[in-house]
Amino acid sequence: MNAVLEVLAVGGLATVQDLGRHGYAHLGVPPSGALDRPSLRLANRLVGNDEGAAAIEILLGGARLRAHTSMWVAVTGAPCGAAMGTPVQLRDGKTLNIGPATEGVATYLAVRGGVDIAPVLGSRSTDLLSGIGALLAAGDHLPIGPQTSYRAMPVDVAPLEPIDSEPILAMRLGPRDDRFTAKALATLTSSTYSVTPVSNRVGLRLEGSPLERRDDTELAPEAMVTGSIQVPPDGQPILFLPDHPTTGGYPVIAVVVDADLRKAGQARPGSTIRFRLAARATATHQ
Amino acid sequence: MNTRPVGEHGLLIELPGIDEVHQLRANLLASHHPGVAEIVAGLRSVLVVVDPARTSVAEFGSFLEDLDVGDVAPPSSRIIDVPVIYDGPDLDEVAKLTDVSADQVVARHQASTYTVAFLGFSAGFAYLLGLDQSLHVPRRTTPRPSVAAGSVAIAGELAAVYPRATPGGWRLLGHTELPVWDLSRDRPALFAPGDTVRFRGVG
Repeated sequence: MNAVLEVLAVGGLATVQDLGRHGYAHLGVPPSGALDRPSLRLANRLVGNDEGAAAIEILLGGARLRAHTSMWVAVTGAPCGAAMGTPVQLRDGKTLNIGPATEGVATYLAVRGGVDIAPVLGSRSTDLLSGIGALLAAGDHLPIGPQTSYRAMPVDVAPLEPIDSEPILAMRLGPRDDRFTAKALATLTSSTYSVTPVSNRVGLRLEGSPLERRDDTELAPEAMVTGSIQVPPDGQPILFLPDHPTTGGYPVIAVVVDADLRKAGQARPGSTIRFRLAARATATHQ
Repeated sequence: MNTRPVGEHGLLIELPGIDEVHQLRANLLASHHPGVAEIVAGLRSVLVVVDPARTSVAEFGSFLEDLDVGDVAPPSSRIIDVPVIYDGPDLDEVAKLTDVSADQVVARHQASTYTVAFLGFSAGFAYLLGLDQSLHVPRRTTPRPSVAAGSVAIAGELAAVYPRATPGGWRLLGHTELPVWDLSRDRPALFAPGDTVRFRGVG
């Protein structure tokens, strides 16, 4: 009999996420996937899954779940009161309590075998804007994949990368930095931006010194990637996260580097972030 | 072709117009470059995202310079009629901006025949070319955090139907009940590049 994880209660926003849905941007389908990918990968490694197995992402508010048949789980990402960074055996009928995140935003719960819902367009990630999947709610029964064919669990405890409460994100300028004044570029790298409460998996809506344009002509809509810092006419930047629109009509001044996207994903509403230019040499090809 | 960097793995290729965009996209698809992860058309650009495990932006840039861009087969030409209830919250503002009555905005919006340029922004969202020149108005200064599914909208030279509730900065003229993104269909997206679209007022 396959294992089932039952959702008893959800405090914040919880969804199923993996490493995302790639190759469908031309249909307008965003990549989706975990906000903090290194934490998802680690949780999967801890229980012997492939790094890209589907897991549960819980934002801010916590959750309570019950195991039907015994299963191994691991919790990573934003600290939440549960045992972090270690495989835990959840026996049949036992509940797991994940409290509200005490810092950061996204907590990951991986289960040995992976969350085994049907993939859509090549991924199990929930994408609310495209109507793929739904927010997890009390009463949901999540099927867990077979646990027999997986690898041994290699370690008992893994150190977790601390959550940076005032992160500095490295970015590459472009593609539309030439639409902004020199002062705007200086402002972006020297001032502090606060993360507003309307931020979500689509993007961080930031508030701070407005970024001034020198070219105000309408931009023909063009494609965007995760990490794009887009600037609407009011000058307040939006940093796009995995559920971002695939194209947009406001200029993108810079793009945050992959390695720092987890910091953006873990930035809490009300916290502040800063930007710096990425060293040009930290190359494209490793 | 002028190119611009997009983060660590992307290259935005600027082009004169939608015909060149369709042509380059078709040529890139036909070339089957193994390191290309995404090819995403815009109105006057194509974004190529490379897989860093297989190639780099610099290597792809050299490949692009040597690419011989040739003719492509013309896109499909289905005709799709979209029934619209013209009750949008921005109808009066568009009328004011264009110096005509709201009824005239509605009449001009229906009078045009549109062509699907490309999909983007959100799943199934088709950018439609062909909007009456007198209705070209800028986007809102601050985008709405949520625009209702089925909203019929315009911005600049473009028209569109919002497939799902998403954030959006376009001007809303009305709404349609016709589903434009439906995962239960074989083709989830109603619109495909090259389709002809007409709007018809109902109710």
